[in-house]
Amino acid sequence: MSATDVSPAEPNHNLRFLEEVSAATAGVSRLEMCIQCGTCGGSCPSAADMDHTPRMLFAMIRAGMREEALRSNTPWICVSCYHCVVRCPQGVHIADVMYTLKGMAVRAKLYRDAKAPEFSQTFVDAIESYGRSFEFGLATRHYLRHFPLRLPGMAPMGLGLLTKQRMSMTPHRIDGIDQLKAILDRAKGLELTS
Amino acid sequence: MTQYLFYPGCAMESSARAYAASLASVAKTLDLDLAEVKDWNCCGATEYLGINLIPAYALIGRNLALAAQQAKQQNGAGAHTLVASCSACYLNLAKADHYMAERPVLGDRVNEALAAGGLGYKPGTLKIRHLLDVLINDIGLDKVREKVTRPLHGLRVAPYLGCMVPRPDYDKRWSDYEQPDELDRLLRALGAEVIDFPLKSECCGGHMPQISPNTAFELIRRLLQGADQYKADLIVTVCPMCQMNLDAYQDETNRHFHTHYRLPTVFFTQVMGLAFGADPEALGFGSEIVDARPALGRIQTTPVASGPVGARPRAKAEGLPMPGRRPEERER
Repeated sequence: MSATDVSPAEPNHNLRFLEEVSAATAGVSRLEMCIQCGTCGGSCPSAADMDHTPRMLFAMIRAGMREEALRSNTPWICVSCYHCVVRCPQGVHIADVMYTLKGMAVRAKLYRDAKAPEFSQTFVDAIESYGRSFEFGLATRHYLRHFPLRLPGMAPMGLGLLTKQRMSMTPHRIDGIDQLKAILDRAKGLELTS
Repeated sequence: MTQYLFYPGCAMESSARAYAASLASVAKTLDLDLAEVKDWNCCGATEYLGINLIPAYALIGRNLALAAQQAKQQNGAGAHTLVASCSACYLNLAKADHYMAERPVLGDRVNEALAAGGLGYKPGTLKIRHLLDVLINDIGLDKVREKVTRPLHGLRVAPYLGCMVPRPDYDKRWSDYEQPDELDRLLRALGAEVIDFPLKSECCGGHMPQISPNTAFELIRRLLQGADQYKADLIVTVCPMCQMNLDAYQDETNRHFHTHYRLPTVFFTQVMGLAFGADPEALGFGSEIVDARPALGRIQTTPVASGPVGARPRAKAEGLPMPGRRPEERER
């Protein structure tokens, strides 16, 4: 990892990335308020599998390390359990910042493991076509592509879900699907900038 | 009688149909009037928010707009309550309502998108509440106790709320972020023996079985181990995702860790229906992958005297403050 240049004329240049992440987050992210106490990482049930703890990731964002931050698996391993959110002494909307980073990584194609973004995209595709989620289509497509070796062991469970009518093989389409499509099409052209 | 708007969510029609069936039965017993939001769409779960923000909020916004419209037609002007039974749906609806107000530019964008479908939503129009909150705080435990005809004496249950109901809790509806006691109190009112389950608001892994299976298996293992150590017969949950992960992925988790847990996981409305005397099959018992029916044989006809196993009495009531323990809890 090489050190990022700091220009004497504009020493705060690297803060632009922090501002960008904060502005692209749904509520008032309060990301600028982070005091690097580490309560987030210490509260995280899945931190052991993360490239960087949330604290480290937020420091990287502040340092303007855009590419490294967007390549980190941390937002994808976040389980959105909100433990860190309720414990953060600064009230940073940590889980929502993670969603923002995922979206930015998808647009910049900087994620390293395609499983998570492809799972989300497949899920979203079903919603955009039917207005409802479609578990059977999602599960078969996702497991065949990413976990073919898990399928034999999972077959009894999958069969159980089907025979117990807990998974439908046909999707349910809502009546107002055209209305929903119009709303989502319009929404895709909009940006969150204040 | 108050009429609530009700948002069931996709899982209620598929993987969590036992939740839907038992809720219908329990609602009838308790005179709880739930009017389903007409032609609702998926809330996007935890997937859409990470792909594209404005469409994700517009997707939730359509549900809020439809619910507000329907509430106005049915109940006239004023504030209305929208009840959600699924944790992810509850959080998404609450989140959109909260953030559209906190960040007006988000509210404007969502309404711009909704206008393309002839809809609109003013944040704050609806109160978003979880089903358990309505049962405890509106219906009340006295009414629940009144309806119990078959107390669940001797049935040891682990109260498992999961993460997205008590957190982030925008409207401060719950007794605690990490150790809320609402589900414990409800289950105790049914006569069940409620075990000490400090993992009650820990995460089940969410969508991780599909993304990082080892991460998910570890989170599932912790919950199973916790419930098993306190000799629970059943894990009782309020969340379709938690039920799915603990039930359907229990076998794979066992194989991963060479463990032999066999802990059935059911919805709280199923055990409520059971205590109200309904037929187990009509409540969806038997639709679990890990069969819960053998555990129902533990139900005794007389109360069981023993206290909760493993819950140690505190030496001094005025000891050091521990997380999640509130002064009023000590007197209970």
